[in-house]
Amino acid sequence: MISGEIIYVDIERCVGCLSCYIACAVEHSLTKNLYTAIYETPGPLPRIKVAPALGYNVPIRCMHCEKPPCVEVCPTEALVKTPEGLVLLRKEACIGCKGCILACPYGAITLSIAEKVVSKCDFCFERTEKGLLPACVEACPTKALKYGRVEDVLREVHERKAREFVTGLTGAPSGTKVLYGKPPAR
Amino acid sequence: MPRVGPRFCTVSLLRGETVAFPIRKPEEKTVDKAAQLMIRRAEELGIETVYHRYERMQPQCGFGLLGLCCWLCMMGPCRIDPFGVGPSKGVCGANSDTMVARRVLLHIANGEAAHGEHAFHVLETFKTAVEHSSKNLPFPYRIADEKKLRAIARKLGIPDADTRPVLDLAIEVAKIVEEDFVRTTEEPLNLLKAYSIEKRKRTFERLGIVPRSIWREGFESLHRIHVGVDADYRSLLIHGLRTALADCYAMAAATELQDVLFGTPRPVESYANLGVLKQDEVNIVVHGHNPLLSMKVVELARSEEMLSLAKSVGAKGINVCGICCTANEVLMRMGVPLAGNLLHQELALATGAVEAMVVDYQCVMPSLADIAGCFHTKLITTMPVARIPGAVHIEWKAERADEVAREVLRLAIEGFRARNRERVFIPDVKSKVIAGFSVEVILEALGGTLAPLVEAVKRGDIRGIVGIVGCNNPKVPQDRGHVELARELISNDVLVVGTGCWAIAAAKAGLMTLEAQSMAGMRLRKVLEVLKIPPCLHMGSCVDNSRILAALNAIADALGVDIPDLPVFGSAPEAMSSKAVSIGTWFVAHGVNVHLGVVPPVLGSEVVTKLLTEDIAGLVGARFVVEPDMKKAAEIILEHIDQKRKALGLPA
Repeated sequence: MISGEIIYVDIERCVGCLSCYIACAVEHSLTKNLYTAIYETPGPLPRIKVAPALGYNVPIRCMHCEKPPCVEVCPTEALVKTPEGLVLLRKEACIGCKGCILACPYGAITLSIAEKVVSKCDFCFERTEKGLLPACVEACPTKALKYGRVEDVLREVHERKAREFVTGLTGAPSGTKVLYGKPPAR
Repeated sequence: MPRVGPRFCTVSLLRGETVAFPIRKPEEKTVDKAAQLMIRRAEELGIETVYHRYERMQPQCGFGLLGLCCWLCMMGPCRIDPFGVGPSKGVCGANSDTMVARRVLLHIANGEAAHGEHAFHVLETFKTAVEHSSKNLPFPYRIADEKKLRAIARKLGIPDADTRPVLDLAIEVAKIVEEDFVRTTEEPLNLLKAYSIEKRKRTFERLGIVPRSIWREGFESLHRIHVGVDADYRSLLIHGLRTALADCYAMAAATELQDVLFGTPRPVESYANLGVLKQDEVNIVVHGHNPLLSMKVVELARSEEMLSLAKSVGAKGINVCGICCTANEVLMRMGVPLAGNLLHQELALATGAVEAMVVDYQCVMPSLADIAGCFHTKLITTMPVARIPGAVHIEWKAERADEVAREVLRLAIEGFRARNRERVFIPDVKSKVIAGFSVEVILEALGGTLAPLVEAVKRGDIRGIVGIVGCNNPKVPQDRGHVELARELISNDVLVVGTGCWAIAAAKAGLMTLEAQSMAGMRLRKVLEVLKIPPCLHMGSCVDNSRILAALNAIADALGVDIPDLPVFGSAPEAMSSKAVSIGTWFVAHGVNVHLGVVPPVLGSEVVTKLLTEDIAGLVGARFVVEPDMKKAAEIILEHIDQKRKALGLPA
């Protein structure tokens, strides 16, 4: 069951620019500034990637599963499922055993070789607590990433589709059980 | 969606979009009072300006900001991961150092091409003017400043420069300058040979960076950055120095020949800022960089013929004012008021009071056509190389210059009837400005010799000299860097000279008046009072940076030292264009440290960054310094000046 804020990925809109990737690394750096972050050691790691698939670009990151396999396999309880539904890493408890990396069905956990711990998306909880958007969402120039309560995000999607039906810019794909007739111009 | 940030961009809201980034208030976008008022006004009218577009562009691409993207071939686009996780080489195999250095060279070549073509257009006009004069044929342009022509000829080593007939001399000068464009041998530029001091020439020779021709160096740059050519960041950047030097002497050619055609600037009083637009007159804004047409427009606008035409449509007169360096050119020679600098161009049109904006080239925003379209305003493009969709194009040709100016003025005057007075909003903000400090004038004010100035530097009444130049950049609040740095420096007894958008910023801030002497430190003030000059000297348009170099050469010669030994500094607090990159690079090549207030796209390569900010000093005696905080920048500059004074054995 989905509750609270979600990240909605509009695959159609992703152009693969990797702005999310850069913004993620900068957000998870010590200095939080692009120009200085690239010179930090250990360097900050991005926790999102963009995978090409069937001609589309697909931003991939931790799904924050309801029953996270990574949490199940973690021997030190470094990975936890929070009451808000986030899967977070307690870095100090991680021993770098890589069990979670193997367990994750999405390939969303990576190893920080320099620090010998794993690294994953934290849903930018520090930012969202302050009312800011997650770094990747904020950075997305095409709004392929959206953040918000599920009903708000979906409402936005409905509204856009509704507008498209009215303007006739897109019809429903063939094979659907519902068809829209284009209304006369108003 | 959670709302983020205090305000949302009105224009974006009109489009039904939200902006995820906090929108800066007008006061945070610019320190200019007129601009603050006009940004609010533009928002009321739903007009989008550069300030809004900058915010809508956030966040800007991190690869681009670091110089780590490359689109020079179609195997790309490529980008290198600055965090070392993803690719470390482009498809062709270029690494981050090559990529960043290529991009720097591209910027320099781009800047060189801009100034080079400007100079070439002036040279072509000069040549044709001389040819026509020799045959006693009418032509819109002629030699206006014989004294300057003879001075140039003397510098170029033309025999009998003081006695030969002026047209003979002009033909010689044109030939020598033309050679600097078309030379196919390894000989150095004639202008460099004639204008540069010996010590610098030896440095250029030692490094193999003596430019051979204005066309060739930029051309070679474009070859070097082609896929699979120069991959060594060092050799790319060394050629950058060479190209930048070619740029430098192209600018010198432009300045010199413009002086001959239109007169060497002399001190002139005028006003600066949008308050110079007039409610009851036909307002014409000239904008761009090349004065060839705008000088004609100004001349003709002052004619009886045009004045009576203006009166016939109910206007009290014709008010020509300017934006960017075209403005500086006509201000210095004709006293035409400055409407503003780079970021003012759209705001001037948003006043609804402009009948025509006449543009030539460089730094002219294509969006002007959209804003002009919201009013009765005509945007008129005039140069074959710079056309804008939505503009009226009336093409300038040297032989037709008078007719073109007449056509432009007629169009503007006719437009006056269509002005909607209810939509006019002119901010009542302007400052007085004294401009026109060419090297010739400075020498004259000093009694024909640099000695008094050099003595003042030696005594420490003038602690040092800083040239502040360059653009506006919406990455920093408009004019804040320009004004803060200049204030900080003059209050520390540093004489500030400059050109371009800085000069306009300083003019708008009232720093180019005699009253501003009170902002100078006690010791500097004494000197300024004796010479009756402002603490910030307006030396012209951005091609007139060649005037600053000429002054530096003269001072170095007078002290018998090389330029890197002088207590001087250069700064571009709000640099934006490729031309600025090129100018900054040739100042560094000439031994002047250059401060940048905006981070250039080079940080993606540690070695390129180090070369530009450290190692280059071992080659040419100067380096780049990047410091966005103007207080700190001033400290760095003062420290450098004091070190140089100490090394010269001068008192603190």
